Amino acid sequence: MAWINFLKPKNQLEEGGRSGVPIQEDAGEPEKKCPNCHKNIPLSRLWADNLVCSCGYHFRMKARQRIRMLADKGSFRELYGQMEAGNPLDFPGYTDKVETVRAASGEREAVICGTAKIQGQSLCLFVMESYFMMGSMGSAVGEKITSLFEYAARHRLAVVGFTVSGGARMQEGLLSLMQMAKISAAVKRHGDAGLLYISVLTDPTTGGVTASFAMEGDIILAEPGATVGFAGKRVIEQTTRKSLPKEFQKSEFVLEHGFIDAIIARPNQRKLLAELLKIHDGGRTNEWSGL
Amino acid sequence: MSGAAYDRVKIARGGGRPTGRDYIKNIFRGFIELHGDRRCGDDPAIVGGIARLGGSPVTVIAIEKGHTAAERVARNFGAPNPEGYRKALRLMKQAEKFGRPVVCFVDTSGASCTIGAEERGQGQAIAENLMEMSTLCVPIISILIGEGGSGGALALAVADRVWMLQNAVYSVISPEGCASILWKDSSMAAAAADSLKLTAEDAKSLGVIERILPESDIGQKEYYDRIGTLLMRELKELSADPDLVAGRYDRFRRIGRKQVKEKP
Repeated sequence: MAWINFLKPKNQLEEGGRSGVPIQEDAGEPEKKCPNCHKNIPLSRLWADNLVCSCGYHFRMKARQRIRMLADKGSFRELYGQMEAGNPLDFPGYTDKVETVRAASGEREAVICGTAKIQGQSLCLFVMESYFMMGSMGSAVGEKITSLFEYAARHRLAVVGFTVSGGARMQEGLLSLMQMAKISAAVKRHGDAGLLYISVLTDPTTGGVTASFAMEGDIILAEPGATVGFAGKRVIEQTTRKSLPKEFQKSEFVLEHGFIDAIIARPNQRKLLAELLKIHDGGRTNEWSGL
Repeated sequence: MSGAAYDRVKIARGGGRPTGRDYIKNIFRGFIELHGDRRCGDDPAIVGGIARLGGSPVTVIAIEKGHTAAERVARNFGAPNPEGYRKALRLMKQAEKFGRPVVCFVDTSGASCTIGAEERGQGQAIAENLMEMSTLCVPIISILIGEGGSGGALALAVADRVWMLQNAVYSVISPEGCASILWKDSSMAAAAADSLKLTAEDAKSLGVIERILPESDIGQKEYYDRIGTLLMRELKELSADPDLVAGRYDRFRRIGRKQVKEKP
């Protein structure tokens, strides 16, 4: 059951971690080394290219930066931004941890929800935040995403959701686990109303998020090279005592096994999402006339 | 730290407890096992089929850990693979088609964590069960009889009523896993078990389950008869509920809601 692949707390916050981007600037043009091609990239260029290296490597991206990249300028209206986790189980250290993360990330919770437009098409959008406890899913994340699907069903809108998560948030115990069922039920209702849901899996999407709404899209997309899986690699290695191939649980691997529709690089996402939204008429199912 | 919760974990995991098939055999009559997911295989960790409860047909699905060493290996220690969850969903859809209720017995330390399980879409299989069970048009009752290990347990527990044996546990992560992640020390498992609030009493006070089943006479005839009677009464009531599916939605919808703070 130890499939929840939480990353160490320090990794969530440290700047310039495995694929974090340093914010502190030294004298001269600050650079960031690409873990794939090992070239140094000037930070200004990296930011301009939405954190994609010229070799194609996708660095992790903060949720609000992603929203700026995707949504028509000025179109994003945040919903449920006031919701945040309590410490319902009085879990030791949780309150302090959340406060530290809030201060460091500038976010209240591990997902940002709202309405937006992409090339004029209205939609509901949620983007999970890797810089907030690696997108871990507790009651507030569950409540926000569930409320968004209900809002989308009421207003007959499509939902596009970007996932990044280590899984359910263990500090909220069973309440976190139940969010998987709660969100899934809301996704089902939204889908049964004939509305479109596109999930886009980013690095990493694992555990209880993979085993619920990440895998429930009508169309499931993923960024190149993203880790997508249920059990954590370490858990699998411990269970099976086998070392895992490098490409295991990468989005290319998941595509090959038939569990996602396509891999889409960041520069092409906005255009593809706009086209998919148009095809589905902003979420409604069209009457096909052939004209 | 009392360690009381970890004692429950040990009882829930302990050998000698009745397993899924014991419940099927002793509560229901004339069980007909149905195999296979119609996709790629048959998972021995999940047993399912049709049986009678009182005079009426029900679909019964149980995670089976096995009793003997050989059987435990053959059943993958009750860790289901994707084809197990897909078989369970197939049988639930079949139950829906023919209008019979579903009873699930849950007992797993978690879904199988192997390369093969990942290749065959463990996450997708669980996700699909969560989604499809939420709108199944027949009553579902799930009983946690031992370990309720995370998503692998929840995939058979999106039900109208969820009951737990007194010494069963239900948790988002194993106490050992939690301790090793949080404190880098799996010997802190007892402390983690306390913090995770994974006992039947905890689950009930969190609103995650409706009923705790006493087990002082576990394995005796009276024990099984009592569960059978409860199931019959509850299924009859649920079968008459015109708002069954809406009620199931609301049951999960409210979990965690009041724990979320709203700050301006």
